[in-house]
Amino acid sequence: MSALEVVGVSKIFNQGTPKQVDALVDVNLTVNPSEFVSLIGPSGCGKSTLLRLIANLLEPTSGAVSVNKKTAAQARLDQDYGMAFQQAGLFDWRTVSKNIELPLELKGWDKTKREARAKEMLELVKLPEFADLYPWQLSGGMQQRIAIARALAAHPPLLLMDEPFGALDEMTREYMQGELLRICGETATTVVFVTHSIPEAVYLSNRVIVMSPRPGRITSVIDVDLGSKRNEDTRAADGFFRSITAVREALRGTHAEHASANAIRGVEDR
Amino acid sequence: MLMRRIAYRSSMFVVAIASVVALWEFYKIVGPQDGGKLFGVSILPRANNTAMPHVWTMLSRYNRPEVRGSDTKIWSVVLSGTLFSLRLSLAGFFLGTTIGVGLAVLMSRFKVVQRGLLPYLVMSQTVPLIALAPLVVSWGGKLQIGSFEWPRWLSASILGTFLAFFPIAVGTLRGLASAPVAAVELMDSYAASWKQILFKLRFPAAVPFMVPAFKLGASGAVVGVVVAEISTGLKGGIGRLIIEYAREATGDPAKVFTAVFGAAALGITMSGIVALSDVLLMRNRPKETSA
Repeated sequence: MSALEVVGVSKIFNQGTPKQVDALVDVNLTVNPSEFVSLIGPSGCGKSTLLRLIANLLEPTSGAVSVNKKTAAQARLDQDYGMAFQQAGLFDWRTVSKNIELPLELKGWDKTKREARAKEMLELVKLPEFADLYPWQLSGGMQQRIAIARALAAHPPLLLMDEPFGALDEMTREYMQGELLRICGETATTVVFVTHSIPEAVYLSNRVIVMSPRPGRITSVIDVDLGSKRNEDTRAADGFFRSITAVREALRGTHAEHASANAIRGVEDR
Repeated sequence: MLMRRIAYRSSMFVVAIASVVALWEFYKIVGPQDGGKLFGVSILPRANNTAMPHVWTMLSRYNRPEVRGSDTKIWSVVLSGTLFSLRLSLAGFFLGTTIGVGLAVLMSRFKVVQRGLLPYLVMSQTVPLIALAPLVVSWGGKLQIGSFEWPRWLSASILGTFLAFFPIAVGTLRGLASAPVAAVELMDSYAASWKQILFKLRFPAAVPFMVPAFKLGASGAVVGVVVAEISTGLKGGIGRLIIEYAREATGDPAKVFTAVFGAAALGITMSGIVALSDVLLMRNRPKETSA
């Protein structure tokens, strides 16, 4: 039983026009329950497109996506996944608590149930005292934690994240990575995570999916063998550096095909 | 915090009024009694008591009868005229808000409607109100829809609506479109309906655009109503009082000013009502000064 299945998916924008872009060609991906998978690759490799296809925000040109054995469209209607973006995207006019309640409100939950769940989620992201503040009164890292709480409020089995920590400073970012692992461990959530950072992908993931542009496709899959318990020591472990090197070489490989010796654009090496 | 802001604003208001009074009286002292000419063109206003009565003359006029020998003091006449026009302006404003917001929702929902309608809305505002007023007022007493007979005052309100709806429609339209793409995508990921997106995302996101639009709409409603009253002589309102009193300007120059101040008070009251909505709607929004 897989949490997510992508079979032979292609996405072509502006098909049949001079502006045709082959965003994704024949992508296959299976993600197991509770697995953490990162998508990494240079700009234009289609990793955000793939995430949006899984979320049913885009329709594939060919192929099929299934989430929890349902079609992507049905999974979206059932709120089987939560989503978090680079910008926390909290609503300024809602309190922190009301922001977390948003997906539950749309699902038609009653008020007491919503408030109880929002409280539970605030405990999970360790910000219980901020329930009645407004998002613009919080720091960027706190806002992103609230966004994660909102994405998980309906207890979806799958979490889709599009560079959620891209706008944070390095210290906050590493803290958030630890928090994300803790939260997903406690809730047994499956995660598909888009990132530009090689160490971030390695630290978080069970598998790193390396993608390449023109046309967008998966070029290699790297298993990260760091065990399930990860902490700050993990960042100094040999296996951590070995995996980073493996991902970096896989990314170089994707780049060599395009016969340019420059550094890979859009991928951070830190 | 809020109290301090209100106190600051009201003290600034008093200072502004006092400066205008001081400027007026100062000009009466230094200005030429019979006007001044610059390069052969009369450009400086006359400073004599007929053209520019003293501030205290104008104020004390309020406490004298409207017409010689009458018992009614002029302040009560001006007050009831102002209230009459205020009711008309409010009706025009609310009708304009309904139409403006309705059109904005329609235009944001259907791009075809926006492309087809917006140019006509812009054009509608180039029609001079004075030209339109007699036409709309002539509906009074002639138009009958079912058992509803078109009252004359409604025509004046409609002209207020005509000026009020446009800034509200345009401001609301911009506001509805101001919701970030990422936020719309988030709502889509929750499979939110069009109505849910409208009420939970687009309208709240539009508030900072709608409040200034309401301010423009409110002053538009006042201008529309007063111009309609003046150009058609509708009885009961402040516009009518202004033209009536203006005829007596040579004999009783302070009289027309009592009505003019009534019209100004009307405008201030309307913007005050909107400013209150501003304070209420924006109280939990990020303050611009913090940036």
